[in-house]
Amino acid sequence: MVDVTFQPAGIAAAPSRKKSSLRRALKRKSSMAFLMTLPLIVLIAVMVVYPALYSIHLATLNKAMTKFIGFGNFTFLFKRQTFWMVVEQSCIFAITAVIFKALIGFIVAHFAHNIPSKKQRKWRGMLLVPWVIPPAMSTLAWLWLFDPSYSAFNYTLGLFGAGPIAWLGETGWARFSIILVNVWFGAPFFMIMYLASLKSVPEQLYEAAAIDGANWWQRIWFVTLPMMRNIIAITTLFSLIVTFANFDITRILTAGGPLDSTHIFATWSFRLGIEGGDIPLGASVSLFMAPILAIAAIFILRDVSKRGNEA
Amino acid sequence: MSTLAIDKAGPTRKVKYGSMSRDRTWALRWSYFFLTIFAIFSLVPPIYMLITSLKSSAEISAATNPWWVFHPTLSNYVELLTSNQFLRFFWNSAMVSIFVVTLTMLISVPAAFALSRMKFWGSATLATGVFLTYLIPDSLLFLPLFKMFAVIGDWTGIQLINKWYVLLFLYPTLTVPFCTWIMIGYFASIPKELDEAAIIDGASWFQTLTRIFIPVALPGLIAATIFAFTVSWAQFLYPLVFTTSTDQLVMPVGIITTLIKGDVFNWGQIMTGALLGAAPPLLIYAFLMDYYIAGLTAGATKG
Repeated sequence: MVDVTFQPAGIAAAPSRKKSSLRRALKRKSSMAFLMTLPLIVLIAVMVVYPALYSIHLATLNKAMTKFIGFGNFTFLFKRQTFWMVVEQSCIFAITAVIFKALIGFIVAHFAHNIPSKKQRKWRGMLLVPWVIPPAMSTLAWLWLFDPSYSAFNYTLGLFGAGPIAWLGETGWARFSIILVNVWFGAPFFMIMYLASLKSVPEQLYEAAAIDGANWWQRIWFVTLPMMRNIIAITTLFSLIVTFANFDITRILTAGGPLDSTHIFATWSFRLGIEGGDIPLGASVSLFMAPILAIAAIFILRDVSKRGNEA
Repeated sequence: MSTLAIDKAGPTRKVKYGSMSRDRTWALRWSYFFLTIFAIFSLVPPIYMLITSLKSSAEISAATNPWWVFHPTLSNYVELLTSNQFLRFFWNSAMVSIFVVTLTMLISVPAAFALSRMKFWGSATLATGVFLTYLIPDSLLFLPLFKMFAVIGDWTGIQLINKWYVLLFLYPTLTVPFCTWIMIGYFASIPKELDEAAIIDGASWFQTLTRIFIPVALPGLIAATIFAFTVSWAQFLYPLVFTTSTDQLVMPVGIITTLIKGDVFNWGQIMTGALLGAAPPLLIYAFLMDYYIAGLTAGATKG
């Protein structure tokens, strides 16, 4: 305060000095800001952008990484039947899992929204547990539940007289099991997101709909869904990316088997690149995730900027 | 109150109101019913972990009712918690997580502050870039990163592969973008008047950050910390690729590669290990659930 009262005299005496100090301060602000973001920029440039570009370069090399072979890895992949199986399985896995996660998340969020808000906390706490356990650890529990001879699932089925199922030994069941575990792990995320967004739908809209004679289905279709459209889109795209790139669950449950029928891009590129020692081929396989990621990212960005404008 | 009004309105109205509240009671019952089913679905694997971890191998191989423990024993816990190898995994995991969380916060909090408050050339693009980085999955980057570290090892002679601290370079690629992004969201929600007042009072940018922004955005900071910890504790692909010696492994990889010996699955110990590996995130979640959920929803609703 004292400084402020004295300042006019100082400014009158030396206007040029004030200007230069202001400029210095401005300069300091931007250079300061740059310094503060520098570690982030370095990290992203060195550990994300460079490797991403480097993997494109790697994909054009031969196995020993000594010779440039252009699209050789890709033409090799296109001729292999396993590759098309991986593409098929990745799409089946990601799309089915995301649809079920979204559906179950939506349904559970509705039920959780129905009950008194005091009790919601407890239920939400229980329902979110799958999302909290490290997926590698919980998948081990599933692996044990699926165990063919001593397992809990087959024992329980046996009580009802149903025969033992080779959960991870048959292609169809193995695919089902992997999707089931992924849905188990991912549905709570949708549930939490939808529950948060359900709470933000104004109650008056439902009252207005009820006065207009809408039944519960019409209330969901004409009130809830339009209000939640944005969050549903973002969550689904997000989950599509994560599910498409998933590694842990398939790796631990089947490691790609039986007969490579459950490999997805991530696990197959690990098999080829790390276990098979052919890094370029593995890199070319993992690059096939990029287009899907890019498309999803464009849509997400569009929604994000739209939200930004609304707020 | 309402019942009085209904009585006056006549019997037909009363019936209608009665059916409506009965509808609501039924809706509530159905909700509880389905929530119970979903809760059972959610909790079966962790509960099964607990059940198996209390069994001896003899009981497991006797193939008695898998859903019940007939002779509970803590021998699996004792065996694991006294084995140097397992404690080593735990120690590695703890070190990696603590360092990564610290590193993440040191990088992302100042960056988020600069990006949300100090507009400079390219700051908006950079913020979007941070978000895009968050979308790039680990399974796309592990091969080029592996090759990169191998090349660095050849050039400089610094062998980082197969050392637990190589993970300190890798995990921030997963944690920093997200933490920066949610911190940008939290910082942006702080009223501009607050930091303007601080600047007028003569606070430097650094003081504005430490005295105003960090205290006000503390819930966001806690949420980001929890996120960074959970991610670094749970990460599986990078340690699987980059570390192989048993004394360098972290928890998830260690349990999977050492407790599964060939075709012999010692399920009692595996489940005990898995449960102990899941314990730190679960404990944090149990005590800080609200922050956990806030971080989860802020990340995607604000981003």
